[in-house]
Amino acid sequence: MKCQYCEKPATFHITELTEPTGPQVMHLCEEHAKTFLNKDPSSGVASIAGVLANQLGQSKEELEELDQKECPVCGISFFEFRNSGRLGCPYDYTHFETDLQPLLRNVHDKLEHVGKRPKRAAASADSQAKMIQLRREMEEAIEREDYERASKIRDELRSMESVQTPGAGSDDGDTDDQQEQRGTLS
Amino acid sequence: MKRDTDFDAMAKAPGEWLRGTGSESDIVISSRIRLARNLADFPFIRRCTDEDRLSIERTVRARMESIAGWDDIQYVDLEQLSDIDRLFLVERQLISREIADSDGARAVAVHPSERYSVMINEEDHLRIQVMNSGLDLQSAWESINELDDTLEGVILYAFHPKYGYLTACPTNVGTGLRVSVMLHLPALVITDQIEKVFRSMQKINVTVRGLYGEGSQYTGDFYQVSNQITLGHSEKELVTLVGEDVVPRIIEYERKARAFLVDKSHEDLHDEVSRALGILSTARKISSDETMHYLSKVRMGISLGLIDDVEVGTVNKLFLQTQPAHLQKLYGRILSSSDRHAERASYLQRHLITGNGSSSLN
Repeated sequence: MKCQYCEKPATFHITELTEPTGPQVMHLCEEHAKTFLNKDPSSGVASIAGVLANQLGQSKEELEELDQKECPVCGISFFEFRNSGRLGCPYDYTHFETDLQPLLRNVHDKLEHVGKRPKRAAASADSQAKMIQLRREMEEAIEREDYERASKIRDELRSMESVQTPGAGSDDGDTDDQQEQRGTLS
Repeated sequence: MKRDTDFDAMAKAPGEWLRGTGSESDIVISSRIRLARNLADFPFIRRCTDEDRLSIERTVRARMESIAGWDDIQYVDLEQLSDIDRLFLVERQLISREIADSDGARAVAVHPSERYSVMINEEDHLRIQVMNSGLDLQSAWESINELDDTLEGVILYAFHPKYGYLTACPTNVGTGLRVSVMLHLPALVITDQIEKVFRSMQKINVTVRGLYGEGSQYTGDFYQVSNQITLGHSEKELVTLVGEDVVPRIIEYERKARAFLVDKSHEDLHDEVSRALGILSTARKISSDETMHYLSKVRMGISLGLIDDVEVGTVNKLFLQTQPAHLQKLYGRILSSSDRHAERASYLQRHLITGNGSSSLN
């Protein structure tokens, strides 16, 4: 693919997230990529493109290697994420953790969530990943009409859903059942 | 949960958030908060199969139906909807353009007051939204927090102890919270100060976007101010940032600019506002952008006491009802662009000319 501004090959594929018309994918040569990314560094507009400027500091080989990296749960590659600006599954935050940190720091200036926590959540990132995989297996079991297996997986999924978040929801003692009974819109 | 939504009936009145009531409502149109949430046991939308999307839609719908007190919620299957009905919901700000234009299983659950809506299978599995008229973020936060608690009781969210609520785009991770205040800033536009105000906003992690008429000759002078960051600050801090640190300052600038205009160029301003009302009341054909442009001036004229026989609520309503999908709903049929221009003009005339058919200006 050629750079959209010149005849050189496009080696950088940048998704600009802040365009008012929605994400814009740019295909640029190294030189034009640098110009584009340095265009307005002080605008304060958070974008994945802005962070890629930092990653441009890495060698091309390092970036190429990173682009190959794939999430074992959803299969998305870092390259695809860079192009689309969208991750593939919750486990990406664990699998690409060190690669995403520069981006998170650039966008949010912080790396740790402060604020609300759900009263219940999966026990860990691994168990969250396992739930996605189990659901896939359940769908496959249903497809081959192995309902016994499917119902076993369903039970396993249900038991995983009821894990409480440590330290969350301490402000009141609602159980899940009580919550289901409580409508907020009436 | 109700399934049949009568959009024709809905078109006749705006939702509660457009009433033109509430704090600072001469400048603040509405206050909106949205939360991005994802189900723990599905990939994000981008990696979902068609079956996954369908399964998410059905799961969320079934679980929402299990919530006591949610009987009034209208559930709209967006995949089955016509393009014009989807556009209608975009115009009412109940769904995003993105979900309207995408494919596959997707839906929105809407409270009859239109203050609450939950989009299913947008960029994230769930986008919960609460909208109030005027500047009222505190109660919007309380409402959405409660709504989120209720949904959390029936849906297991994707959550990371360090990164918080996990979202498809890393720009939303953490709280998943976007606070947006829609402002009407005609005087800052006229006095050429709007750019300066926005530049100062960017330094404090707030984004400002033009709302209507983007890239066209006309603008309605509407701007949306939102928080840029979502991670590392509590929901309350983000609500305070937008609602108490930023928006009141912009309101103050706009008021000063309005006072300056009244003081220094009263005749010119009165002339401009009167001409705007004149065009809207007498044009035979008018585009949606042009309508927005002149309604904006009329709205300012009302709040400055230069026009006294048109209510601000009427103007808010006309902003919505003169948009393409609303206009066609009100006429009960599909109109060509040229027909729309004519029907829009006649609709405006009927609603702006009062009493004996002439609109009096102060």
